[in-house]
Amino acid sequence: MRRTPVAAALLGAVVLTTLTACGAAPEGAAGTDGKGAKSATAASAKDFGGMDALVKAAKQEGALHVIALPPDWANYGELIKAFETKYGIKVESENPDASSADEIAAVKSRKGQKRAPDVLDLGIAFARSGAEEGLFAPYKVEAWGKIPDAQKDADGRWYNDYGGYVSIGCDAKRIPNCPKTFADLLKPEYKGKVALNGNPTKSGSAFGGVYAAALANKGSFADIQPGIDFFGTLRKSGNFIPVESTPATVEKGETPISIDWDYLNAGYADQFKGKGVDWQVAVPTDGVYAQFYSQAVSKDAPHPAAARLWMEFLYSTEGQNLWLKGYARPVLLPAMTADGTADKTFVAKLPKVDGTPAFPASAELDKAKATLAEKWDKALS
Amino acid sequence: MSSATPTEGTAGGTRRRRRGPRTWLAALPLIAFTALAFGLPLGALLFGAVTRTDPATGATALTGEHLSRSLQGPYLGSLLGSVQLSALTALIGSVLGVLIAQAVVTSRSQALRSAVLTASGVLANFGGVPLAFAFIATVGISGVVTQLADLTSLGWNLYSFGGLAVVYLYFLIPLMVLVILPALDGLRPQWREAAQNAGAGGWQYWRHVGIPVLAPSLLGGFVLLFGSAFAAHATAAALVGGSVPLVTLKIADALSGNVMVGQENVALALGLDMILIAGLVMAIYLPLQRRSARWLR
Repeated sequence: MRRTPVAAALLGAVVLTTLTACGAAPEGAAGTDGKGAKSATAASAKDFGGMDALVKAAKQEGALHVIALPPDWANYGELIKAFETKYGIKVESENPDASSADEIAAVKSRKGQKRAPDVLDLGIAFARSGAEEGLFAPYKVEAWGKIPDAQKDADGRWYNDYGGYVSIGCDAKRIPNCPKTFADLLKPEYKGKVALNGNPTKSGSAFGGVYAAALANKGSFADIQPGIDFFGTLRKSGNFIPVESTPATVEKGETPISIDWDYLNAGYADQFKGKGVDWQVAVPTDGVYAQFYSQAVSKDAPHPAAARLWMEFLYSTEGQNLWLKGYARPVLLPAMTADGTADKTFVAKLPKVDGTPAFPASAELDKAKATLAEKWDKALS
Repeated sequence: MSSATPTEGTAGGTRRRRRGPRTWLAALPLIAFTALAFGLPLGALLFGAVTRTDPATGATALTGEHLSRSLQGPYLGSLLGSVQLSALTALIGSVLGVLIAQAVVTSRSQALRSAVLTASGVLANFGGVPLAFAFIATVGISGVVTQLADLTSLGWNLYSFGGLAVVYLYFLIPLMVLVILPALDGLRPQWREAAQNAGAGGWQYWRHVGIPVLAPSLLGGFVLLFGSAFAAHATAAALVGGSVPLVTLKIADALSGNVMVGQENVALALGLDMILIAGLVMAIYLPLQRRSARWLR
């Protein structure tokens, strides 16, 4: 019984901070001269009066606060550095290994604070749910028209930026015959060798791995069960090891075969070339699955102009080519291939994939996740 | 920590103190601190576990959904998995810890004693990711020892329930040694001599004197070990990921994942379940401890 007043007091405190936070946001964060308020609602560069005005407003703010951008992920390190040098805006990067859920939590809990994240890089499910909760500011970058309709929110609250295919990385120094398909992975010669790069109920890339395995085994976007069964079989045969592959486990040979995004696997190949690891990457032909991550501007961004400039930078030719350099496939790649602005040396280095990627519908994705949450533990234990 | 009370008890006891308003006042800072540090989070946990906020309208309503979900399917499996692992490792850790501590006490070697105590102090706090990686490097799949001794063909697998239990024991046994050593010191050699003079054998001495006197500390140690193993997260996360169902891993999945959306309240409900289980263990421990402490007066 004693707890009720505590909970009530807590609730009161929460309400109070939210109220004060709301009151403080416009002046503390965005500036008092009315210009800040304009930045916070600008839905395109035009609202600033063109790109130059946007750059000027962003430079005045001088900083950009980002969260969950790992420097060794899809070349984010270089993207951040390039943005800093080009515009002289300091990027304050916090908690690089945070998850999408952490990002959404940070937006909610830091509302009105200077340390709130300005922009977000989210898994598609979190982009959708965040938009529904009204956490994002609609903003359309200059290249908006070139982003395929299936990869963006019609209101511009979020849009896909980069992605890749589920791939099989393999240490050719330790594995004489590198597997090329999901069917290969079941061979007895890979006993104790096959790893996923995370727990699929938590990690987006591991989830992609299970989805791809489902597609390889007569499953569909609506039916992920064959993928779960596939890993169940792998586990029973002793091929699957529950070690979550990271750059460290790849380098040490702890995870000689690792299912991961092709851009991460291809990055490892580069990174460990000089260290005695011959890391080869194959996109399995029997289970082709691609997924993109989405960008969004926080509605309560403490640096609203810098946040919008960051978006413009990411979707500029320069930004998109930097992703390409990190082996990720930028969303504008088809458009850039058509007009010849895509960097050909980097395009040539991408792992080969046949056909065009298809994406699951929102309802299919939700269903697959529910099935996975229910069945994964059982299949693996 | 918990061993201090019984040792004092054996020494003749300053257990009963006069209670007055002043002693109560002195405890006020502690009570205030406890209320703030434990009460507030607990309140927030409870509130989150039994309510749901609609994302569209922002309205909050009471619901039992999260709690019932936390007790079903894979969530229930993870709770049971955690209890199993903690109970097993706490039991093995207690037994081995007592044996080691007893060996140190009977050897009467000061050097051995300080060596074991120092090592235990370090190892009991050696947990989390560094511990997991130490094990991966030595007995993981491509670990040094695994390769040299060909452990894999012997059926060894670090990334399993058994492997995790071994890793947990690595810090649980030293913890037990630290907890139980002062209590073992409290066993007077005279008692043993007296028992022998009265014709008791070794087993009889332990059955009627040693173990009853030690019981509160043993129980306390077991509960402490259970709690340590039950709450451990980083070691398990680094080692087995999702393949051994544990409640702490499930909470992390639900709270900070890239896949599941809107599971935060289920995580809070799982936290509440954990508190209830810990409370249950304490509820068994406290009356037993009181019962065995009676013999010490």
